[in-house]
Amino acid sequence: MNEKLSARNFKQKLFFSIFAFALLVALGALALIIYFIFSKGIGVVNWEFISQMPRNGMSEGGIFPALLGSFYLVVGAISIAAPLGVFAAIYLTEYAKKGRGVRLIRIGINNLAGVPSVVFGLFGLAVFVKYLGFGVSIISGAITLAIVILPTIIRASEEALMAVPDEYRRASFALGATRWQTVKKVVLPAAMPGILTGCILGVGRVAGETAPIIFTAATFFSMRLPGSIFDEVMALPYHIYALVTAGTNPYKQVPLAYGTAVVLLALVLLINLVAIVLRIRYDKMMKR
Amino acid sequence: MIDWKTKEKIVKKVLYIFALSSIIFLTGIVIVLFNEGLPIFKEIGIFDFIFGKEWYPTYDPPSFGILPLLLASVVVTLGAMIISIPIGVSSAIFISYILPKRFKIIVKPLIELLAGVPSVIYGLFGMKILGPFLRESFGLPTGLTALTASIMLGIMALPTIVSLAEDAITSVPKSFRDASLALGGTKWETISRIIVPTATSGIVTAIILGIGRAIGETMTVLMVAGGAAMIPKSILKPVRPMTASIAAEMGEAPVGSAHYHALFGIAIILFVITLFFNILADIASERFKKKVVGK
Repeated sequence: MNEKLSARNFKQKLFFSIFAFALLVALGALALIIYFIFSKGIGVVNWEFISQMPRNGMSEGGIFPALLGSFYLVVGAISIAAPLGVFAAIYLTEYAKKGRGVRLIRIGINNLAGVPSVVFGLFGLAVFVKYLGFGVSIISGAITLAIVILPTIIRASEEALMAVPDEYRRASFALGATRWQTVKKVVLPAAMPGILTGCILGVGRVAGETAPIIFTAATFFSMRLPGSIFDEVMALPYHIYALVTAGTNPYKQVPLAYGTAVVLLALVLLINLVAIVLRIRYDKMMKR
Repeated sequence: MIDWKTKEKIVKKVLYIFALSSIIFLTGIVIVLFNEGLPIFKEIGIFDFIFGKEWYPTYDPPSFGILPLLLASVVVTLGAMIISIPIGVSSAIFISYILPKRFKIIVKPLIELLAGVPSVIYGLFGMKILGPFLRESFGLPTGLTALTASIMLGIMALPTIVSLAEDAITSVPKSFRDASLALGGTKWETISRIIVPTATSGIVTAIILGIGRAIGETMTVLMVAGGAAMIPKSILKPVRPMTASIAAEMGEAPVGSAHYHALFGIAIILFVITLFFNILADIASERFKKKVVGK
């Protein structure tokens, strides 16, 4: 360390400034995108936009069917993925012995998380739409989306279960409870807020995913609301994509796309905000 | 009434089946992709498929060479990484050790919040705002180019890279830092010579996961990259990455046609590439865990 202290301090200041600048660029770029979307679309959004059917070949009116379609897809996907993911996580944390089997399952989860979303779409198309004959429908899309978020839910549930102190389990065993009774009555309730956070994050992800539903569930235009789970639906993210790429009247449709983007963005940010606030409060609770 | 021992055994078996679900789905995806994609490899040969320079799936006779699409994916992903790695890792270092705690508790959740912005939103911004801006700045015929896609993907990958890299840097044990500061190292020397080198494999994991995600990202490149299936000669030309080709053409390819099989063929290549990056990330993260825990 032959350098003078002043030179070392200067170096520190220089690099710290560069890093601060990088953070500003990162946050600035993301803020800019959100700002532009809101400033261009907020004028379109009002109660009618949210509550009415589209009119005049999608160039006027509202986005109610897309909103409803996204809601169906989210509810469907989460009610499949949540039990599947939570039970899988219970096995991994409470029952499995460490070894090759668990390692293999972990690798499976990690790799499923990394599969590109359009590949899930192809899988859904080949299996649910064609092979099982569900057609382009809510059910095909919901199952496909459930597979997309399964890894997220398993990981979040695992973390929540592992954060439950071992004293809880031992105390329960000492009272003569079986493992399943312990899981059901002691561990699971204690881990519930964490699991819930994971599921809410999953909801946010499902609401915004587009590629997996292009061939499995989504339609650009439908005259009526879906009557059953075997009907195709409009969905918010696909609606944005369709309006700007397949629209025939860009002059009227691009503003509608911005309006839809504002609704989607507001929903997703709100959902994620709830999840993050919940997690921060839960972390504090567990540390106490 | 069944006795509790049998009940426990049944519960364990059932839970085990649930735990296998991820592997079952992953295997299912592999089977479907190969089942639908292999015919095209048999028809034109895997070498000609990957290195063929012409992608004219609807011509007569059609030609199914995916090199232009593959190169487009590579170029766009590289461009995105050139933007997001330096900015992302620098931001992560700044948040983890330099930013005062009262700001950190706001910035960290904020970044996580931004990670949830759907890709179609980035696509809309790139298509309608960044694209026209670049077209005018560079005097281009179209603003939807490889560069536009790179910028959007780069920004999109930032929250992931920042968040994961920050986790890695923060998980370096405090004792490392204290030891360096006690020896008279400045904060910067401690960061650059002790903390970042220790966290390298964790940061690398973050970067690899970022790359994997950028290659597989679909909506943004579909809307922003321009869609021309030609070997990219300049980053200011429109390109058509693999994911965009699948998403754009699947609707028009008749089930069971050569085009249909070719699109699944592209998905196989895509799947293998992302699998490779995932395994790489897995290895790096194992290495990091060993280093930090000190086993």
